[in-house]
Amino acid sequence: MPLGLLKYGLSQDFPFEKDPDLPLPTDLKRQYDVVIIGGGGHGVATAYYLAKYHGITNVAVLEKGYLGGGNTARNTAVIRSNYLTPEGVKFYSESVKLYENLSNEFNFNIMYSRRGQLTLAHTDATVCAFRQRAEVNKHFGGRTELIDPTDIAQLVPTLNLNPANLPVLAGLWHKDGATARHDAVAWGYARGATQRGVELHQLTEVTDVLVSNGRVTGVKTTRGGIDAGVVIQAVAGHSALLAQKAGFPLPIVAYPLQAMVTLPVKPFLTPLVSSSALHCYIQQTSRGEMVIGGGSDPYPLYNSRASLPLKENLISSAVEMFPFLSEMRLLRQWAGITDMTSDYSPIMGLSPLENYYIDAGWGTWGFKATPICGKTMAELVATGGKVPELIQPFELARFDRFKQVNEMGATAASH
Amino acid sequence: MKRLKNAHFGQWIDPSQTVQFTFEGELIRGLEGDTVASALLANDQWLQSRSFKYHRPRGPLTLSGHDANTLVQTPTTPNLLADRLPAEDHLTVTAQNYTGSLHFDLSRLLDWCGRFLPVGFYYKAFFKPRGIWAWWEPIVRKAAGLGSSNLSVKAAYNDKTYAFADVAVIGAGPAGLNAALLAANAGAQVTLVEQEPHLGGSMNYHAFAGDCETTKSARDILVAAVETHENIDVLSSSTCNAWFGDHYLPIIQKSRLIKLRAKQTILTTGSSEQHVVFRNNDLPGVVMCSALDRLMRLYGVVPSAPVVVLAGNDLAYRTAFSGQDGGANVAAIVDLRTTCNNTALSDEAKRRNIALFQGCGIYEAKKGLFNHGLSQVDVHKLAERGEVAEKLVSIDCGLLAMSAGFMPSYQLACQAGAVLSYDDSKSQFKLSNLPQGMHLAGSVNSVFSLDLVEADGRNAARQALSNLGVAPESETASAEDVNCTEQVNHPWPFLKHPKGREFVDFDEDLQIKDIINATRMGYRDIQLVKRFSTVGMGPSQGRHSALPTARLVAKTTDRTVHETGVTTARPPLMPEPLGLLAGRRFHPLRRTPLHHRHLALGAQMMPAGSWQRPAYFGDPKQRTACVQAEVTAVRRGVGIIDVSTLGGIELRGPDAPEFMNRLYTFGFVKQPIGKTRYAVLTNEQGVVADDGVAARLGEHHYYVTATSSGVDRVYRDMLRWNAQWRLDLDIANVTSAFSAINVAGPLSRQVIESAGCSVDLSTEHFPYLAYQEASVAGIPARMMRVGFVGELGYELHVPSPLMGELWDRLLTSGEAHGIRPFGIEAQRLLRLEKGHIIVGQDTDGMTQPDEVSLRWAISSKKPFFVGSKSVDILSKSPLKRQLVGFELDATSPQPKEGHLVIRNGDIVGSVTSCEYSPTLKKIIGLAYVHPEDAVSGTTVVIRTDDAVHAHAQVVETPFYDPDNLRQAL
Repeated sequence: MPLGLLKYGLSQDFPFEKDPDLPLPTDLKRQYDVVIIGGGGHGVATAYYLAKYHGITNVAVLEKGYLGGGNTARNTAVIRSNYLTPEGVKFYSESVKLYENLSNEFNFNIMYSRRGQLTLAHTDATVCAFRQRAEVNKHFGGRTELIDPTDIAQLVPTLNLNPANLPVLAGLWHKDGATARHDAVAWGYARGATQRGVELHQLTEVTDVLVSNGRVTGVKTTRGGIDAGVVIQAVAGHSALLAQKAGFPLPIVAYPLQAMVTLPVKPFLTPLVSSSALHCYIQQTSRGEMVIGGGSDPYPLYNSRASLPLKENLISSAVEMFPFLSEMRLLRQWAGITDMTSDYSPIMGLSPLENYYIDAGWGTWGFKATPICGKTMAELVATGGKVPELIQPFELARFDRFKQVNEMGATAASH
Repeated sequence: MKRLKNAHFGQWIDPSQTVQFTFEGELIRGLEGDTVASALLANDQWLQSRSFKYHRPRGPLTLSGHDANTLVQTPTTPNLLADRLPAEDHLTVTAQNYTGSLHFDLSRLLDWCGRFLPVGFYYKAFFKPRGIWAWWEPIVRKAAGLGSSNLSVKAAYNDKTYAFADVAVIGAGPAGLNAALLAANAGAQVTLVEQEPHLGGSMNYHAFAGDCETTKSARDILVAAVETHENIDVLSSSTCNAWFGDHYLPIIQKSRLIKLRAKQTILTTGSSEQHVVFRNNDLPGVVMCSALDRLMRLYGVVPSAPVVVLAGNDLAYRTAFSGQDGGANVAAIVDLRTTCNNTALSDEAKRRNIALFQGCGIYEAKKGLFNHGLSQVDVHKLAERGEVAEKLVSIDCGLLAMSAGFMPSYQLACQAGAVLSYDDSKSQFKLSNLPQGMHLAGSVNSVFSLDLVEADGRNAARQALSNLGVAPESETASAEDVNCTEQVNHPWPFLKHPKGREFVDFDEDLQIKDIINATRMGYRDIQLVKRFSTVGMGPSQGRHSALPTARLVAKTTDRTVHETGVTTARPPLMPEPLGLLAGRRFHPLRRTPLHHRHLALGAQMMPAGSWQRPAYFGDPKQRTACVQAEVTAVRRGVGIIDVSTLGGIELRGPDAPEFMNRLYTFGFVKQPIGKTRYAVLTNEQGVVADDGVAARLGEHHYYVTATSSGVDRVYRDMLRWNAQWRLDLDIANVTSAFSAINVAGPLSRQVIESAGCSVDLSTEHFPYLAYQEASVAGIPARMMRVGFVGELGYELHVPSPLMGELWDRLLTSGEAHGIRPFGIEAQRLLRLEKGHIIVGQDTDGMTQPDEVSLRWAISSKKPFFVGSKSVDILSKSPLKRQLVGFELDATSPQPKEGHLVIRNGDIVGSVTSCEYSPTLKKIIGLAYVHPEDAVSGTTVVIRTDDAVHAHAQVVETPFYDPDNLRQAL
C-alpha cells in the first residue's frame, strides 16, 4: 500500500487544511503584475510556470466559473503529437514530454496513461495522408507508424474491420498517444501555482479590458477593477468575444463539440481508437466508461446544449466500430464550445495591444497542449514579449501573411 | 416472503402465471408482472449487487429503476436495472462486479481497507517512483467498471419512429392523467408517456391522505377515461429520456426510439424520494418508503421480518399503515421530527400498536450474523441541530423504510434551461425559469397532496392550451387555486457516525466525511466537489446524492444551499442502450448503375468515399498484368470507364454566368455555348478546393462537374455563397440523376460512331473541349470531348436509368475494336503519365494555385472570384514549395504516396502520386519540392520505406505525349 494512504488511514482525523490542494478564497487586490483571464488548464499552467521558472508570483488568475470548468472539464483527454506539419509535431511533442513527468512534478497523480492511439484509414487517400504523418513524426523522433489490418486486429481484437462497409485499409499507430484525468491537470497546476503565491479567483468574471494608448492597463471584473502590468487571455470557447472587448478581432468561429460516456464496464479496450471516415473516436477510461466523441456540430453556436441527431449519428458509428457496444448504456452527453481557426492550429503570442497576450484558437486540440502552452506563454511574459521559437509559427499575424499551419487532416477525426 | 393478491396488494402480478429464471445460477420462481428485482425479493433474495468502490452488498433501494443497487447483467447485456427488467421465463441473470461470488466477494477487502482510501485517494498515491502508475493502472481499472461486456454480441437492429403531438405529458400519475384529460377534452392531440407498464403513478401504491381504496378507485376512473380517449396516445413502459431544443423528445419504448416533436410539454415526472444519511444505510433491506409501498401494493410481496419506518415527514406514516394493512409486521416508526404535522397520524400509530419514537433517528443499521441483510437498527434520541444523543433501543427488523423528503425529478426541466432554487422555509429545491411551452405539475412542482396535485395537472393543461390558442371546455376553464403548504422535506437528515459508512451517494460509495473532506481540500464549488469526489457521477446521476451533497457542502463552506446548488443535469435521464440510439445504423453505400455489370465483368471493387468503384478488372493474382492490359487498351485501342461518381451540378438562370464567374477562377461570362472549360475553385484562403469541367449548355445554363468526394461540399458552398449574393439562378446537385462514362483511346471515335451517334464526331465538328448534346445508340447524351487520360476521349453523361443500356451498346459496338473496361488504377496511372493532378490527392489543405502550376486557369481580367484577394497576395510572395514531376529508374526503390522529400535534413515536401509506368518503363510521380529545386534536371531526395533515400530527377510534365498530339487526334 502506498505510504501516503497508510499515513492517512492511521491518523484519526487527517489534517486536510494543513495541505489543501486549493487555498481558501481571498479578496481581490487592486494591482497585479500579471492578470490571466481564464482559470482553465492553460491559464493555471501559465501561472504555474510563471511562478516556478520566472519567480513571477504577483499573478491573479481570474475565472468566471469554477477552476477548470470550461473545456478543461469537457474535453475527452486525448494526448498525442501525431500531427502533420513540422511546426505542429515539434510543438505537441514537447507537450507530451512535459505531460509524462507531470504527476511527479506536481506530487499529484494526474493518472497519465500511455495507451497508444490508433486512427483508422478507410480510403487510399487517407492511407497516403497517414503515411505522411507517420514520416513527419518519425523525422522528429516521435513513435508513429502506419500499420496494416493484420496488426490492427492484433492490437484491438474487438474492432470491426469493416465498419459501415468501409473496410479498414490501414491504421496510424501512435505509441505516444495517451490520456490523463483532465480535471487533475488543472488542479495540479492550480495547486502548484497557488502554493507558490499565485492567486486563483473563481467566480470572478472579466467584464472589460482596459486599454490606453494601445496598451493594456488592467481589467474590470464583477468584483471591481484591477490594474495589471500584463494581461493574458486564455478563455477557450470565448476567445473571440473577449478579444472583441479588448478591441481587436480574432479569426475564430465557435462551434459546439459534443461527447458522451457510457456506464462503466470491465476493461476491454486499452488504446484510443478513432475512425477517420466515420468521424468517431472511442476510448475506455480508467473507471471503465466508454468515452465517445466525434466531429463538431455543423453550424456555429455559442451554446453547450446537447443534441439528439448528433448523438444518433455518433453512436451509430461507434456501434459499427465495436458492434457489442449496442448492448451498453449511455450515461451522459455533454458539449463544449470550440474556437476553430481556419488552419486548425492555435493562436498564441502577441496581440495588436501592447502587453496583452493571446492564448486562443484551441478548437478541439487544447487539452493536449496545456503544459507546453503554459510554459511558452510564461516565457513570453517573463521575457517582456519575446516570442519563444516553438510558438512563433502560431502567431496571430500568420493569417495576414498567409503562413497558416494547416493541421486540418490531422485534427478532423481524433481530437 | 408471503405473496398477496387482492384489489390493493399485488395489483401488477398474476398469481396464476408463474415465470422461472435463474439468478446467479439458482432457479427463481416469480409471477407474471414481476420484475427481476421483485421476484428476487419475493424469494427473500435481498442481495442483488455489489457496490462500485467498496463492493458492499446491495439490494433494491427505490424499486423504480432510480438507483444503481439493482444493476445486474444477462449473458448479452451488462448494467441492466433488475427493478425495470421484466421477469421472464428462461432469463439468465447474474450479478456483477464481484470477485468470487456475489455472497463471498473477495473485493470486499476494499471496504475493510476503506480508511486508507480517502476521497480522491488516487490523486495522492500510485505515482512514486516515476512510472509506477503504469503498474497500478491496470489494477485500478480492473477493480473499477461494473458489468462485463459480452464482446461477441452482434449489434442489434432497432427501428425508430417519429411522432408529433400538441401536448406531450410526461408521467401518468395523478397530475399527468388530469393534464392529459383536460387538454384532450379541449381537442388537443396529447401523447402521454409513462415509464411503468401501468398508468396511475403514485396512485397505484400510495394512499395519500385517504385510504387505499379511495385513491385506487379515483385512479381507475381517471385511467379508464384516459385510455379510451381518442385524443390521447398512451405510451406506457416508455421513458422520455431527454428534452432537446424545441420540445424534441426522445422516448424509449422497449426496443424502439420514438422521436416526438411536441408543441407543448407538461412535465408530471414526480419526484425522487430521498434517503436518511446514517451508518450502514446501504444494507440490503434498507429502502425508500415508496419502495416498500411498491413492493407490497404492486407486487404483493409481504415482508416476513419486522419492518421499521424511518420518517422525515408525514407521508412515511402512510407507508407504515398501508404496510400493516397488507400484513407486514410494522414494529416501529422512528420520526426524525418531534411531532407530526398532522397529529392524527401519531394517534393512529398508537391505535395500531406501532411503537413510535419521535425526535429520534437511526444511528446505525446492523447486518445479520449469517447474511448480508439488515437485522437490527439502533434508535437514538436526537438533540438540537441534528446532533445524535443517547441510545434508546435496538429493534430487530429485516426491513427499514425511510423518507427524508423529495427532490423534484428536475432532469428534463433543467435540460431545458430551468433553474433549481432552494426554498429554505420548506427545505426543498424548486424549479423555476421554465422555457417557453414547458409546464410543471404535481410533485415535480413541489405539490404533494392528491387533490392539489390533480388540480395542478389541470392548471398545467390550461396553460398549455392557452399557449396553443385552444380554449378549454367551459366548465373546466378557470384556473384552480393550488397552494401546497405541506412540509415533506426534513431539513437535516444526517446522523454522522464516528465510524462513517453513512452513505450520501450509494453509486459511488461516498460517505459524509468524503464530501466534507473534498471541501476541506479546497474543492468548494459544487462542481469541483463532484469532480473530485465523483459524487453524482454514477449510474443514477445524483438522483439521491444531489440534495444531501448540496446541504453538506453549504454547511461546510458557510454558504446557503441555494448558493451551493446542484450540478448540471445532462441527457439522458436514464442510461439508454446504444443499440437504440444507433437504430438501423444508416451508413449509405453508393453504387453506380453499372455496379452489377462491373461485377459480372470480374471487377475488383474498391471503396471511394461512400461509392464502390472498380479498381481493375480481372484476377487479383494478376493485378499488375490486368492494370497494364487496361492501360495498353487505352493507349493503343480503346477503353471505357465508369465515371458516374463524378459530381454533377446544374446552374440555370439569367445570373448563371455571373455566378460561375464569381465562384470559379476562370472567366466564364464569355465562354461560348457548346464549349467546356476547366473549372478550378479556390477558397477564401486562396487554396485550391476542387476542380471539374464546366460545359455551357445555353446562355443561362451550365453543367459543371466536381470531384466525387468534393461535390457535396461544392454544392453546399454554392448555396451558401448565393445565400449572400442573391443572384437569379437555380442550383441543383444532379450527381445521382446523371451517370457518366469516358470512352478513351485512339479508337474511341469509331466505337461511338458504330454504336450510332447523331452528331459528327470528327475533330472539325467536335473538337477537343467541345460539348454537344447527341443521341448515342438512341440514348440522349451530354457529350464532352475530354483528355484526362491523355488520349482522344469522350465523356458521355446520360440519365442514370439509361446508363446500363448505353454501356452494353458501346461494349457491343466496341468488341470489334478490342474495347476494354478499365478501372481506377489504370486511370490514375494514365492521368499521371499525362501529368494531370487530382485535387485532394496532389493538393492538400494549403495548396495554392501557383504551387501546382494552375496560374493559367485563373483569369486576371475579372474583378473578383472567391479567393481572388488571397490568390493575388500569395502570387506576390515567394513560393514555399512546388509540385513537380519526377522520375526514377525502374530499379530504384519506389517511393509511396506520403513519403517525404528531404533537403539538407529538413522536410520540404512529400510525394503525392507515384507509379511505375510500363509505357515509359520508369517510376514516375508528382512531389512537392523546394522551389529552388523545381527545375528540370535537379535531383531531389525522397525518403522511402525504412529510411532508404531515393534520388529522383525532376522532369517536365507531361511524362507522356508532351505536345498533346494524342488527345487532339
